[in-house]
Amino acid sequence: MTKIIYVDASGCRREVQARDGTSVMQAAVSHGISGIVAECGGSAMCATCHVYVESGPVDRLPAPNAVEHEMLDSTAEPRQPNSRLSCQLVVRPELDGLVLRLPQRQT
Amino acid sequence: MIHFDVQGQEARAVDVDPFGDAYLANPYPYHEVLRHAGPVVYLPQWGCYATGRHAVVKAILQDPATFCSGAGVGLSNFRKEPPWRPPSLVLETDPPEHTKNRAIISRTLSPKVLRELKDRFAAQARELVDQLVARSSFDGVKDLGEAFPLKVFPDAVGLRSDGREHLIAYGNMVFNGMGPRNALYEQAMRNAEMVNAWVWAACQRENLSPDGLGAAIYTAVDDGQLTHEQGAMLVRSFLSAGIDTTANAIGLAAHCFAMHPEQWERLRSESSLVRQAFEEVLRYGSPFQTYFRTTTRDVSVGGIAIPAGEKVMVSVAAANRDPDFWPDPDRFDIGRSTAGHLAFGAGIHGCVGQMMARLEVEVLLTALAERVRRIELAGEPRLMPHNTLRGFQVLPLRLHT
Repeated sequence: MTKIIYVDASGCRREVQARDGTSVMQAAVSHGISGIVAECGGSAMCATCHVYVESGPVDRLPAPNAVEHEMLDSTAEPRQPNSRLSCQLVVRPELDGLVLRLPQRQT
Repeated sequence: MIHFDVQGQEARAVDVDPFGDAYLANPYPYHEVLRHAGPVVYLPQWGCYATGRHAVVKAILQDPATFCSGAGVGLSNFRKEPPWRPPSLVLETDPPEHTKNRAIISRTLSPKVLRELKDRFAAQARELVDQLVARSSFDGVKDLGEAFPLKVFPDAVGLRSDGREHLIAYGNMVFNGMGPRNALYEQAMRNAEMVNAWVWAACQRENLSPDGLGAAIYTAVDDGQLTHEQGAMLVRSFLSAGIDTTANAIGLAAHCFAMHPEQWERLRSESSLVRQAFEEVLRYGSPFQTYFRTTTRDVSVGGIAIPAGEKVMVSVAAANRDPDFWPDPDRFDIGRSTAGHLAFGAGIHGCVGQMMARLEVEVLLTALAERVRRIELAGEPRLMPHNTLRGFQVLPLRLHT
């Protein structure tokens, strides 16, 4: 289990114990975090699991692949340099303490 | 969690024919047999393995290195018998080719592109609904399910407007063609040569409007990422997969709401449920029921051994009603959580057009909900016998405003 922290648009902070090997998106959905929609279920098709990577072990995250790059151009709230699709981030022990900020809207 | 291993027990042989008349008319009792008999079973009649359990289907779809698509996603193994058409560059390929080709398509179908199409699709949905409410009854298959995607999707691709009925025939070839060479296969292929020629011509750059999704694929040809022929092949993927599946989904949705008027009322009173409602239609109805993967190595799935080079049937329809995953799976309930349904597949081959399908059905259900108080059957519906898809052949409907 790895600790991931989600901060919603109103500043409300939720700590989740996420199962290693699942995605940061799946961890959010299975813990009922409503700021992640994830309509396509993790296929990198919908850009509705957008997160901003705020702090923690951010340098441990692999760079986005070409498809994620493209898809980040379609997010409902503007893309920033720290934008990621949470379905593409795999939970691993070295991400313990990762803090993600959720956008105001996903669609 | 399902674990893959090398050693395992022999699969139990099950006397179920997923392409037989009885199964196709009512697959649900057979799904239960498949799920109950083991994580993976053997179907001696077709010499293939099969699974209907949610956890197993999902695990298989998420391991494309072990369960590949390059040998075809139907019963036939392309490495043993020649396919009826040149294999798709996305559906029937594996990484790394698949990765590049899929990225080219997914870029043309991005949420940003779809947002730009939404107003036009919504206007066309309202226009169609206005026509249908004025009629005393109509066929939910031809006049609604097929009519809407046949209008909006080929328009978006930039296809010529004549001869689009060939797209229905082509989809039928593609999806019945994943089954065995039975009567349904032969029937679907009866005009294959003519339909293939029409589709191939329609995919050529000079026959596509310069501002459509088809033309956008050809920009990858200009960039040197694809040959001209590969560009046409990717446009062909739009036409293979973009009509029949959506048409059947719309028919299934109309039928669900005709049979469950209280769910229609709920949708009308909570319009924010529209997209969620479509997910439940997909889970409950699974328009694309059955397809195959091929093992690339000896593998054991949930303790059952499958040798290398074998065909494995994944029943997403059975997985979408697996009681080990879904509470009360046979109940149609637009308020339930549908996260984890496999109607669009999962993993790298998850439907690349799924956001397009969602958009089409969202605007159509919204237009219906705005005007229609009740959707009613106006006669006996008849299911379409089909090797891999579920939908109606005839669906008489009446709309009450």
